[in-house]
Amino acid sequence: MRKNLLSSIIAQLILLVFVIIWIIPTFGLFVSSFRDKDLLAVSGWWTSLTTTQVNEIHRTLNKDAQIQENNIYMIKANIFDIDKGKKITSFGITSKNINQFLIEEKATLKDGSELTVSENGEYIWKSQIPFKNKKGKRIFITASSPPNFTLENYKEVLFKEGVGQAFLNTLTVAIPSTIIPLIICSFFAYALSWMRFFGRDTLLAVIIASLVVPLQMSLIPLLSIYNDIGALFNVSSKSYPGVWMAHTGFGLASTTFLLRNFIKSLPHEMIEAARVDGATHYDIFTKIILPLSIPAFASIFILQFLWVWNDLLVGLVFLDQVPSEIIITAKLRELLGSRGENWEILTTGAFVSMTVPLAIFFLLQKYFIRGLVAGSVKG
Amino acid sequence: MTIFSLVLYVLAGILVCILYYHISNFLLDFFAKKDSKDSSIRAVIFIAPAFIVLVIFILYPVFETIRLSFFDKFDREFVGINNYIWAVNDPEFRRCILNNLGWLLIVPTLSTFFGLVIANLADRIWWGTIAKSIIFMPMAISFVGAGVIWKFVYDYRGPGDQQIGFLNAIIVSFGLDPQAWITIPIWNNLFLMAIMIWIQTGLAMIIFSAALRGVPKEMLEAARIDGAGELKIFTSIIIPYLQQTILVIWTIITIVVLKIFDIIVAMTNGQWQTEVLANLMFDWMFRGGGDSGRGSVFAIVIMVAVIPIMVLNIYRHKQEQKI
Repeated sequence: MRKNLLSSIIAQLILLVFVIIWIIPTFGLFVSSFRDKDLLAVSGWWTSLTTTQVNEIHRTLNKDAQIQENNIYMIKANIFDIDKGKKITSFGITSKNINQFLIEEKATLKDGSELTVSENGEYIWKSQIPFKNKKGKRIFITASSPPNFTLENYKEVLFKEGVGQAFLNTLTVAIPSTIIPLIICSFFAYALSWMRFFGRDTLLAVIIASLVVPLQMSLIPLLSIYNDIGALFNVSSKSYPGVWMAHTGFGLASTTFLLRNFIKSLPHEMIEAARVDGATHYDIFTKIILPLSIPAFASIFILQFLWVWNDLLVGLVFLDQVPSEIIITAKLRELLGSRGENWEILTTGAFVSMTVPLAIFFLLQKYFIRGLVAGSVKG
Repeated sequence: MTIFSLVLYVLAGILVCILYYHISNFLLDFFAKKDSKDSSIRAVIFIAPAFIVLVIFILYPVFETIRLSFFDKFDREFVGINNYIWAVNDPEFRRCILNNLGWLLIVPTLSTFFGLVIANLADRIWWGTIAKSIIFMPMAISFVGAGVIWKFVYDYRGPGDQQIGFLNAIIVSFGLDPQAWITIPIWNNLFLMAIMIWIQTGLAMIIFSAALRGVPKEMLEAARIDGAGELKIFTSIIIPYLQQTILVIWTIITIVVLKIFDIIVAMTNGQWQTEVLANLMFDWMFRGGGDSGRGSVFAIVIMVAVIPIMVLNIYRHKQEQKI
């Protein structure tokens, strides 16, 4: 009994270690996407619930903001545009010594003017003579910042960085790229299962052979066909219908293969009885086969949809990398290159790209698993 | 484009597809004589679209790619096997082959192993279902998304700076120097592979989990009565029993790994000696205005590598269908 308990505890511990390792990366991304970007840049996401020490550079207002009181000229304002609860501990006026003064301490500048900064960011800059500076004076501050969560990153990423548009583009690619193959392959699979025609077995063999072809084999010839067509009609060779057809082509063999296996397994008595009653194949297909195939369709739909949603290669090759066409994975790749240090943008963008797959994952896990297990034949 | 025009676009595309089948079948019913209602014309209607797509997108390109691999950069001049000879002598290509081999050896093996261990543990623990969900989740997200997640984990700041990457934070807390993980040649491959293992373990686990239910309970109980420990049961009953499944999972993951592209593009873009075949191929499609001959050679190498494993996989699938 004791031995059992011990082994159970060990088992739980090992599993716990796996779970922690598996969840931490995603969790870190998730938390980071909601953190204030200034904090994100200087502290790890695991410290996001604690107070963080930050160093920042700010500028005072310029001469236009000065007021005169008792022959003393003053510029008075707050360093922070928005109050995020930061508390200043020290400040400096040169980059060489950013912690030179404590708060409320008088810093005397070269021209004799005096600057004091308060804990909440308010500063007063006093001078005997009028200010003439066109630009504000730089102030270096060290402050402690409380935990700060915000939706600002999402606003920025969705509307300013173009991820929102990329999200819509990806939907525009993914929905037809899933439905079109499902429609044409279901007819194809039905014909391969229940219609008699010359060369049926050969065709099936060709489908199975096509399963082994990696899509890399198709890229170069297809790209040149697309370019020829584009040149012929004097239009861009890269378009949504083009990418739909490419995804249809690459998903065709596996979708047909899986659907055929399913349709073939339906009881043939049913189909023969309908035939005897004078139903055409089209009637049988739409009235008998389709309703029965819904669960199989659901699995294959999810599989293909996720495949297209998560695809990068096809989207890179067959679409222009412009705002109106770029897909979300390509957009992320672009951001990785251009905004590699802006983690608030990368984490948020990545999380936006994951929302759809994760929703499918949590809502339709059963079909997703079924599809994945069956769909391991995709080439 | 606005949402509205995108929706219209999508609907139009799908509608065209549905209308084709509906109208063509309607016309056939209307014009064909009653007795020959289901002539071979209907078979043609059913097959034609898929068949045309198959020819244009798979069959023709395969032969065309093979042909192109024997022609020069612009597909003008026949060069025999010169492209292949060039590839064999190309240091980049050799490095890709080595990297791909590394991926092939490590990723399927570790993913399968972890998947088996986790499936075995999770089935006996009350919170096992939640654990399985968490392990399986990476399977749903894109390789690029996973790339961002892990690039954040591997993030590097100079020594003395506050580390915001989780891995370096751990390293620093042990008093060691932070490392720019993905820029250290050879080792960086391992850090990229970790991402793939993180993703594929879930798939292995799910399949094992289903297969484990097939292990006869009596056999396990008999072993326990005889005093066998859990480890002993795992190595001498469960692993032999799941041999077939292990092979299946190994092949599935191997095929994915052979075509690995997105992770490398997102993480290093092939820098610091991390290139693999699919990247090199993509590169040559566009490098210097595009070289269809060399690009084709790499595509063929990938295909030749995939074929034996895929054949095994399909064979397995057909066997399963028979049962």
